[in-house]
Amino acid sequence: MEFLRPATWSEALGAKAELPGALPLQGGTDVMVEINFDERRPEALLDLTRIRELAEWDMTDGRLRVGAAVPYTRLITELGASLPGLAQASRTVGSPQIRNRGTVGGNLGAASPAGDGHPPLLAAGAVIEAESAARGVRMIPVAEFFTGVKRNALAPDELIRAFWTAPASGPQYFAKIGTRNAMVIAVCSFAIALHPAERRVGTGLGSAAPTPRRAPAAEEFISRELDWDGRGPLRESTARRFGELVAGAASPIDDVRGTGDYRRHALSVMARRTLTWAWNDHTTALTGKEAS
Amino acid sequence: MASPVKTPGHVAAPGLGGVGESPLRPDGTLKVAGEFAYASDLWMDGMLWGATLRSPHPRALIRSIDIGPALALPGVRAVLTHEDVPGRKMFGIDHTEDQPVLAIDQVRHQGEPVALVAADHPETARRAMEKISVGYEVLEPITDPRAVIADPDGLKVQDLGGITRHQPVRVGDVAAAKAGAEVVVAGEYEVGIQDQAFLGPESGLAIPSDDGGVDLYVSTQWIHNDVKQIAPCLGLPEERVHMTLAGVGGAFGGREDLSMQIHAAMLALHTGRPVKMSYNRYESFFGHVHRHPALMRYEYGATADGRLLYADVEIVLDGGAYTSSTKNVVGNAASLGVGPYEIPNIRIDAYGVYTNNPPCGAMRGFGAVQACFAYESMMDRLGAACGLGPVEIRRRNAVSQGSRLATGQVIESPAPLADMLTRLEAMPMPPPLDPSDLRNLPGGVSQTTHGEGVVRGVGYGVGIKNICFSEGFDDYATARVRLEVIGGEATVLVHTAAAEVGQGLVTIQAQVARTELGVQKVTIAPADNRVGDAGSSSASRQSYMSGGAVKAACEAVRAGLLALAARRFGRTDLAVAGGKIVSRADGVLGTVEDVLGDAVIEETREYRHRPTTAMDPVTGQGRSHTQLALCVHRAVVDVDVDLGLVKVVELAAVQDVGKIINRTGVEGQIHGGSAQGLGLAVMEEIVLSDGLVRNPSFTDYLIPTILDMPPMRLDILENPDPEAPYGLRGAGEPPTLSSTPAIVAAIRAATRRALARVPVRPEHIVQGS
Repeated sequence: MEFLRPATWSEALGAKAELPGALPLQGGTDVMVEINFDERRPEALLDLTRIRELAEWDMTDGRLRVGAAVPYTRLITELGASLPGLAQASRTVGSPQIRNRGTVGGNLGAASPAGDGHPPLLAAGAVIEAESAARGVRMIPVAEFFTGVKRNALAPDELIRAFWTAPASGPQYFAKIGTRNAMVIAVCSFAIALHPAERRVGTGLGSAAPTPRRAPAAEEFISRELDWDGRGPLRESTARRFGELVAGAASPIDDVRGTGDYRRHALSVMARRTLTWAWNDHTTALTGKEAS
Repeated sequence: MASPVKTPGHVAAPGLGGVGESPLRPDGTLKVAGEFAYASDLWMDGMLWGATLRSPHPRALIRSIDIGPALALPGVRAVLTHEDVPGRKMFGIDHTEDQPVLAIDQVRHQGEPVALVAADHPETARRAMEKISVGYEVLEPITDPRAVIADPDGLKVQDLGGITRHQPVRVGDVAAAKAGAEVVVAGEYEVGIQDQAFLGPESGLAIPSDDGGVDLYVSTQWIHNDVKQIAPCLGLPEERVHMTLAGVGGAFGGREDLSMQIHAAMLALHTGRPVKMSYNRYESFFGHVHRHPALMRYEYGATADGRLLYADVEIVLDGGAYTSSTKNVVGNAASLGVGPYEIPNIRIDAYGVYTNNPPCGAMRGFGAVQACFAYESMMDRLGAACGLGPVEIRRRNAVSQGSRLATGQVIESPAPLADMLTRLEAMPMPPPLDPSDLRNLPGGVSQTTHGEGVVRGVGYGVGIKNICFSEGFDDYATARVRLEVIGGEATVLVHTAAAEVGQGLVTIQAQVARTELGVQKVTIAPADNRVGDAGSSSASRQSYMSGGAVKAACEAVRAGLLALAARRFGRTDLAVAGGKIVSRADGVLGTVEDVLGDAVIEETREYRHRPTTAMDPVTGQGRSHTQLALCVHRAVVDVDVDLGLVKVVELAAVQDVGKIINRTGVEGQIHGGSAQGLGLAVMEEIVLSDGLVRNPSFTDYLIPTILDMPPMRLDILENPDPEAPYGLRGAGEPPTLSSTPAIVAAIRAATRRALARVPVRPEHIVQGS
């Protein structure tokens, strides 16, 4: 197996173009496990850890551009306020050691339906910045990024440079079911993001279908139902209906981690609860501002 | 022959503590700092790497094996099959040699070893295994244990089986008692397959020795029993199999059966080179036996005020393809099948069966764990039917000193179960947890609730475990103790074959030596078979047995020392204390060093516990156990009843250990046993479909983390057993029994679900079962 260590981003793109079978390596929390257990023998490893700009983030025209190599730990400590849903998801990833190494770029590259970073990116409407030596930059909305179980929309010569998203303009929540209280792969997960300026609610479902996905019917329903102007209370029946629609968007399987029926049920509960938390935060925040 | 790098050496036991104190363990800091040399760290220049080709099928005939292409691979030094086994081709832990060293013409479980490779590099060995082509004719696996009981001759996995052992227990007249019972409750229970999940995978190093034999450095639980099984298969006398314990990373019963020992030795003898084998985590799930899964039917009858009249019980334990220790596991399940309760009429039928499911054998609790989940679930059910709380129903039926077990055996030493329950009930309850910290809630930082749907439940569990080997086994331990002056200081060397598997035995041996010899400096020799058998580090027996042997050998050494002193001082009213020879009349006469001079006093002693008897094959009656130990648990849980997620808030335990030899150590045993029971209650299971393991990894075989295991409240009692050294009672297993039913009872209390199966999964709580 070849081991490539490009020093710059353009070298990395060149290497990937030359050897499309090269597997990008960042934190190694997924790739190294697969290699150690002999589940994968890529023709080459493309070590991206020397490319420092990949581990940086900045704000451009009101949008965050987060490098593919920013680890979960820094998403929590540095971006927790602007990307709360993603930070909450990051807190549930593995152990502290794994969070120090693992990255959203790697999560996107692996494109596991259980990836913890995916639902909050879907709910926030993030965009993936991919790049190739031949065609330059391509912006891929995250909802179009996942194409199948552990497959994504990247061309063989493309690498993930960053993801773009607006800082949260409303409350965001992430919830995940696991059968122990830490260090667990999602049985299923759910993310919600309120976008009050657009009077819209975003959603993301994990481990609930062959790919991470949104719940469009649930989003439409709740965006219409919420009393954005009057900031009126959320009716229990509305929250329940939202939960049902989220569950309806899933097509889960029975596997060793849980049954499809349980996953659907759990999604409906998480959707109802996270919506309730988010709406309470939203209405409380507005009330607070008016009071001051 | 050169020694391997990091070969186990003498260990100086730190601290000064004797029996009853808590000196530091010599391996503690090393383990925490990541510097302890485990068996997987063994290394020797020029060594080869061994690897094992395993069956992908639970049941298949082997039509052909072609090793040619593998042998042709550069760097491959040997490829061996059953034809290359130098001696007996079968082995087994318990005098039933029914397990092939390498599969002969058929495989009977997924992961059964078929061929071995030795190569210069582990990656070469892996590639060579891919080049071995095995022609399998796949057969339908036999996986339903109850079907095997119904048709033992038709559903034979191997020549012996059908049924491994059927042990009945018959007391009184159950039929008549059924007619008179005012309250009858019944239930069916199931226990999934739990794995020991020790963190140090099966590993070792085999080195051809100068005498034509082999030196083995292995992580095991029982050196002499390993050697007894290894030598005949290698065609060697036992004296030429030299085994030294390498660093053991946990055992819990899973290292009682052989794993890589014979394989590595075969490769070393074949190649004339040192051979290292170390399983990875995936392979480890196929490299050792697991806890028997159980199917259990219980019916209890009682008076209206909750006094038990009869128990009618069937327990089916699935042992997989080979005998392993299934017969003894069945014996425990039968003799302890109704727990520490007085019941005048009993009918128990306990079965072990052969199937093509994963092989099962020893695991902490050993047959008593499965039954405990069922009988404790029954006690709660009976209490509810009689309008009595969980503590009162147990107290009303509890055994005490002088009671008879189901086997008719009288409990001769203290067994204050009712008092233990009263103490447990009186312990303060934990306060409600602060829900603003997600870590306090079911689901933890995964944030599935901010408090919604969370209901608290409390449950109790009681367990009784036999300590040491039972049913007439000649159970003994050997210790050699040597006292001499080294560098001007009296020094004790303790040498046993007892396996330190993480339980702290090395520390306890030093404490015993300090107490008995009044000498501070104690060194522990590596465990090996240059000294007599110590028996297994299992059945909660090593403090009792090897502790007893060290005590006996120290007493003999002390007698020798005092004889020297008597000659020197011309008097006999002597004792040794604090490194001094002391006269009862005149105080200190001199130091141990003065008296010893150049003399070396060395004594070897075997220690035996009181003999036990077999269980009657028809009635199950007999004095089959030597010591019995009780532990009781109270569990407090918060359950998210909408999602079925559980947070165990607190575990409280009362355990009678007879005598606390080392408080830190015994607390650790209770914490660890309780955690393992928690794992069985809510997460730990090897999941099968058609005999195939679906989750052979720590990604999907979950064990509790620090966020799952709550703080514990402990009350450790010291009611001595006059038969045991210092009055101690084995402590390692009892807490593993009772924590599981206590936690499940607490979840039932919170959810009103019946929960007849462990581990409890979220869907069981949400959907009910």
